[in-house]
Amino acid sequence: MHRDTKGWLFVGPFLAVFALTFLAPIGYAIYLSLFRDQAFFGGTVFVGLDNYVDVIRDPKFWESFGRVLAFLVVQVPVMLILALLAALAIDSARLHAASFFRIVIFLPYAVPGVVAVLMWGFIYGNNFGLAADLNDLFNTTSIQPLSGRWMLPSIANIVTWEFVGYNMLIFYSALRTVPEELYEAAAIDGAGTVRTIRAVKLPALRGAIVIATIFSIIGSFQLFNEPNILRTLAPNVITTYFTPNMYAYNLSFAGQQFNYSATVAIVMGVITAIIAYVVQLRGSREAL
Amino acid sequence: MSTTSPLRPKRSPLLTGLMLLYLVYTLVPLVWLLLSATKTQSDLVSSPGLWFGDKFALFANIRDTLTYDNGIFLRWLGNTVLYVVVGAGGATLLATAAGYGLAKYKFAGRRAVFAVLLGAVAIPGTALAVPTFLMFSNLGLTNTIWAIIIPSLISPFGLYLMWVYATDAVPYDLLEAARIDGAGEVRIFFTVALRLLAPGIVTTLLFAVVSTWNNYFLPLIMLSKPNLYPLTVGLTQWSNQATGVGARPIYNLVITGSLLTIVPLVVAFLLLQRFWQSGLTAGGVK
Repeated sequence: MHRDTKGWLFVGPFLAVFALTFLAPIGYAIYLSLFRDQAFFGGTVFVGLDNYVDVIRDPKFWESFGRVLAFLVVQVPVMLILALLAALAIDSARLHAASFFRIVIFLPYAVPGVVAVLMWGFIYGNNFGLAADLNDLFNTTSIQPLSGRWMLPSIANIVTWEFVGYNMLIFYSALRTVPEELYEAAAIDGAGTVRTIRAVKLPALRGAIVIATIFSIIGSFQLFNEPNILRTLAPNVITTYFTPNMYAYNLSFAGQQFNYSATVAIVMGVITAIIAYVVQLRGSREAL
Repeated sequence: MSTTSPLRPKRSPLLTGLMLLYLVYTLVPLVWLLLSATKTQSDLVSSPGLWFGDKFALFANIRDTLTYDNGIFLRWLGNTVLYVVVGAGGATLLATAAGYGLAKYKFAGRRAVFAVLLGAVAIPGTALAVPTFLMFSNLGLTNTIWAIIIPSLISPFGLYLMWVYATDAVPYDLLEAARIDGAGEVRIFFTVALRLLAPGIVTTLLFAVVSTWNNYFLPLIMLSKPNLYPLTVGLTQWSNQATGVGARPIYNLVITGSLLTIVPLVVAFLLLQRFWQSGLTAGGVK
């Protein structure tokens, strides 16, 4: 390691832009959250933590929070287990055409989220989607992915479709780093497939699983694109506060309530950071 | 491909079959999109989703997509390319330099840099969007290309990847040798380090390109002028026109436009496979 302040030469530019695009908005959001618009006189007035108290008591906020929580409790495990199984299968040497599977399963990641939602939105729809075809086929009208009951699973399906391949690749990359000797040792000990997976592969995957879980949790709490785009197809099902992020967005851009919107964003940020931290802590403790 | 077991297990038709099922799930929406892009507006409604319509209208659809509304789609494509070249290119440059600096220099405040970066990454990016919008609005940057480019310049994932990659890929001896030859630090970076970092750089660039190409939330809030939109926001605008009040029948344009938006990235990923897969594996070591 070279001891030299010249390191700043390389890190400095990144940090300068980082300060402008990450630190300054965080600081500005905190500042905004301490003020409130005055209804009659115009201008803003310092209100301390009143906005935070309002968010904590806001049923719309908690409804949206509960929704993404329910979403993440089901969607994240399903997605990560699918990705894990795919990675283990591709790494197992028991699969025909493994590299073909790897690249095709990863492909949805290259599809812009917006296009994925538009595509699935059409497919779900009753005009010319596959849902309509299925209903015709079975002579029924009961397949309605965009109805209130099915909306959350329908969104979960889109997110799963988009990100299984990406997570699979993270897991697969981690599996590739397992040294060949470990497999040889396991084989000499007479370990079968299941034991090799449990004793060699899963421990090697622990770090990757923790990272993928944290990123998936953050992604779920940020849920915005999918419901916001599907809203044009199902305006009665998806409210303006369907997710916390949509709530913050609509407070700002439909309601001009910038101070309250900033407060909602900060509260969500803090909750997300705490949960990500706890997952990381638990993940690394179990690794010891 | 190397085998993962010295026993060379037999290929399993059952496992391959199960994976084929998942493959079908992955491909069905894409096949649907491809087939739908060949249909006229009326065939979209009347023909089955996973088969062709009466007329093969792919080329007519592409022409209509590119010329509709005075060729606004091409404008959006041009904007997207601009945001990607400057944003993702700049992000890769910044992440490469910073990753290299963190991996190869020990300077005061280095630990603090780590702590700040890790803390900030845990904060949801979209939670920052509204305050960023308000800040940029005060600076007069909204409705300019800079509102999209400046936030795209930071890729925490890219920094992490380059830092891990530079740690192993650039030997200290080589840097010391160059210093003894009298080369300056910046020159060493450009002439010695960059070449060794190439696979990591391709990976970082590719992922930065994807996130800039796919960027939706940021341009959605920052831009209100359609002639600055990237493809993602433009397409959703068309989709809203097709479904909203006073709808115009332009579903075929939304579908064909979606297909055209996907193609460049898919091609890039397929062509650059060798690079980004080796880059990612190196990043997975740590």
